Amino acid sequence: MNHFEVFNLPVSFEIDTDNLAQRYRDLQRVVHPDKYVNAPDRERRLAMQKAVQVNEAFQILKNPLNRGLYILQLQGIDTNDNSAMDSEFLIEQMDLREELADLREKTQPFNALSNFINRLEKNKTFLIDILSQQFAQKEYQLALESTKKFQFFKRLHEEALSLEEDFF
Amino acid sequence: MALLQISEPGQSAAPHQHRIAAGIDLGTTNSLVASIRSGLAETLPDIEGHHLLPSIVHYAKDEPAIVGNAAKQFANTDPLNTIASVKRLMGRGLKDVKTTGTRLPYDFIENEGQGMPMIRTAAGDKSPVQVSADILNALKKRAEETLDGELSGVVITVPAYFDDAQRQATKDAATLAGLNVLRLLNEPTAAAVAYGLDKGAEGIYAIYDLGGGTFDISILRLHHGIFEVMATAGNSALGGDDIDRSIAQWIMQEANIADDAEHHHIRQLLDVARTAKETLTTQDIAPIQLEGHIKWQGELTHAQLNQLIDPLIHKTITPCRRAMHDAGLTVEHIKEIVMVGGATRMPRVREKVGDFFKRSPHTDIDPDKVVAIGAAIQADILAGNKPDDEMLLLDVIPLSLGLETMGGLSEKIIPRNTTIPVAKAQEFTTFKDGQTAMLLHIVQGERELVLDCRSLARFELRGIPKMVSGSARIRVTFQVDADGLLSVSATEETTGVHSEIIVKPSYGLQDGDIERMLKDSLEHAKYDIAARTLREQQVEADSVINALRAAIQADGHYLLKHQEFLKINAALNDLLKIKEGTDVKAIKKAIEHLDNLTQSYAERRMDSAIHRAVKGQHVDEL
Repeated sequence: MNHFEVFNLPVSFEIDTDNLAQRYRDLQRVVHPDKYVNAPDRERRLAMQKAVQVNEAFQILKNPLNRGLYILQLQGIDTNDNSAMDSEFLIEQMDLREELADLREKTQPFNALSNFINRLEKNKTFLIDILSQQFAQKEYQLALESTKKFQFFKRLHEEALSLEEDFF
Repeated sequence: MALLQISEPGQSAAPHQHRIAAGIDLGTTNSLVASIRSGLAETLPDIEGHHLLPSIVHYAKDEPAIVGNAAKQFANTDPLNTIASVKRLMGRGLKDVKTTGTRLPYDFIENEGQGMPMIRTAAGDKSPVQVSADILNALKKRAEETLDGELSGVVITVPAYFDDAQRQATKDAATLAGLNVLRLLNEPTAAAVAYGLDKGAEGIYAIYDLGGGTFDISILRLHHGIFEVMATAGNSALGGDDIDRSIAQWIMQEANIADDAEHHHIRQLLDVARTAKETLTTQDIAPIQLEGHIKWQGELTHAQLNQLIDPLIHKTITPCRRAMHDAGLTVEHIKEIVMVGGATRMPRVREKVGDFFKRSPHTDIDPDKVVAIGAAIQADILAGNKPDDEMLLLDVIPLSLGLETMGGLSEKIIPRNTTIPVAKAQEFTTFKDGQTAMLLHIVQGERELVLDCRSLARFELRGIPKMVSGSARIRVTFQVDADGLLSVSATEETTGVHSEIIVKPSYGLQDGDIERMLKDSLEHAKYDIAARTLREQQVEADSVINALRAAIQADGHYLLKHQEFLKINAALNDLLKIKEGTDVKAIKKAIEHLDNLTQSYAERRMDSAIHRAVKGQHVDEL
C-alpha cells in the first residue's frame, strides 16, 4: 500500500492539506495504540504497526518536498542521483551562502536576517508552484531538478533559522 | 477490549467494570495525584488537606522513608539525608549533574561516571530512581486510601523535553513502586487536555510550562477532541529552582557569604530566596532577614529581581522561537497561551512571555494542578472507563534520534517533532574487508557531533558473514512507542543475522536491577508472586474472551468463514474452562492458541475499520 492509498487518495502533487489532515485524524481515531491499551497483545502490535504506517504516510504527504520526492520514487526515479546541477543555480546558492555568512558579522543583523529569511520563503512558494506545474505535465526529470533545488533552499533556510536563534 | 471501539454502539457485549485509575504529576518541587471522582477530575488531598506533596524524601537508619511535608522539616537539620529535586538527576550521570551547574547539596558516591549517581544516606545508598519510587509510593498510598481500592493503572507525566534515558528512569521508578503505567504523558499535553476539555477549546495553543526544574514549550492543535502536538522544545535543566538559586547567590554576594558555605547554609539561603520570590508575586518589596550563624538584613526589589531573572527567562524564549519554527507557524497563528508550573506565577515571566507571543497569557487555571488533572483524564480513558470517548492525544519525540557514524558524527534517523508511534529503518554497511561485527551507538540530540549528543545505548551486531567492505547490508530499525520510549533492532539483510535491544539509558538501570530492587523491597517480598501471576493471566484471558465475543457479535457474520468460526469458538470455550483453573502455563497456552487462530480475523477487522475511516463514514452509517 503506498502512502496515498493509506488515505484513499489518488497519487498527485496537488493535495488539499486540510482534507489530508482530516483523513489523518479519522484514521488515528481507529488505529492509535491508546485505543488498544487493554486489548490482547496481538491487536496492540497490529495497531502499533498501522499507526506507524499512518504517521509515516502523513509525514511524507503533508510536506511538499517529501511529497514530490515520494511521487518521483513511485515513478521509479532515483532521487539520490548525484548528477551535476546547473551551474548558474549553484553560483546563486554560493552567493546566498556568502550573504548569510556576512550577516553573522553585522552588528545589527536582525532586520537583514528577517529580510533574508523572507526572500527564502518567497523562493520556496515559487518552487512549489513550479513543482506542481511540472508534476501536472508529468515532466518528472524537470521535477527532479526542482526537488534538488528545493533541498538546497531548505538547508539554507534551516541555517538561517538557527542563526536567528543564535542572535536572539 | 479495544475491539469494542469499532463495534456498533449499544452492542458492547462485555459488561465493563470500572477500573480505578489515577494521574500522577511527578514534579521537581511538588508532586500530585488526581483521579476522576463522580465524573469530575480532581487532585486528591492528604488527610490534612494538602494537595501538593513536596517531592522531598528523608531517610533515617532502619526506618521507612518519610516523604513530603514531614521530610521537608529535616531539610535544614539533616540535609544530607533529605533529598529534594531528585527529578533533576533522573536518567543523568554524575558528570551531567555537575556540568549543568546545578549544585545539589548531597553526598554523591564517586563511581567514575558509571551507571546512575548514587546518594549516600543513613538508610543506605539511594539511586534517583529509588528516591522517585518512594515519592510515587506515597502518592499511590494516598490514592488507594482515598479511592478505597487498588489502582489498576496510572498515567505519569514527564517534561516533554525529557530524553529517552529520563523517560526510562521514570518508568523504572514506577515499576519499582509497583505501579502499572498506562502511559507516560508529556506535561504540556496533559495541561492542554485539562484546559482544552474545560474550555471547549479549538485552534492552535501554546503551552508554556516552567516548573521547578524543567522548562517545556509545546504548540498544539486542538480539533474535535484530538490534541495534536505540532512541535515541542525546552530545557530539561531549567526551572524555578534556578531562579531561587540566582536570588540566593545574590544574597551571598550582598551578605559576604563565601561560595563554599556548608550544605545546610545553602539550603537555608534557598528557602529565604524562595520566600522572597513568592513575596514579590504580590508585594513591591521583599524584606530579607538572615538569622543564626550569619546575620544579615536587606531587601529585594522588583528591579533587582528582574535583573537577576531576565537571563533565565530569556533562556525560555529561545525554545519558544524554535518550536514556532518547527511547527511552521508565526505568533499570529496562536490563539492562546496557557501558563503551567509554579514559576509562571511570577509577573515578570508572564510579562516577557506575553511580549514574545504578542498577547497576554492565560492564567485562570491553577498552574500547579492542571498537569495532574489532565493525566487523570487520560488515565480514566486508557483504563477503559470511557469506551466512547473521542479524545485522542498525538504526541511527538522532542529530540532527534540518531546513530554514530564514521568520524564521530551523528546520523539522524528520526528527526525531532516526529509524531509517535514511529518506526524508521536505515541501511548501513561494513567499512573493512571481512568485518564480522558492528558496534551501534545510539544517540539523542540535535548536534552534529556524537560527543555533544546524549548517549543512549551501545550494542553489537555479531555474526556478520565475511564479505568485502561495503557489501554487507545492515538494516537498523528504530521504533518509538506511544510513551516516547525507543527500541532498536538490527538485521544483516543478506543473511538475516538479527540483534535487538530495548534501549536502556547509559546512566540508568541495567537489566535485572529492577528485579533485584523489587526483591530487596520489603513490601514486595511479602507479596505472593504466584497468586499475582495467576490473576494477571486470568484478567488477560477475560480481556481476550470479551474482546472476541464483542467482535464476533459486531461483524463475525461477514468477516468470518463458517469453518473458521467453529474453530475459534471451540478454542474460546476451551479457554473459558481452563482459565477457571490454577494452571498459569495452560491458561497462557490457551490464550496463545486462540490468539493464533484469530490473527487473520483481527487483521481483517482492522482493515475494515481503516477502510471505513478513510471513506469518512461511521459505523452507524453502514
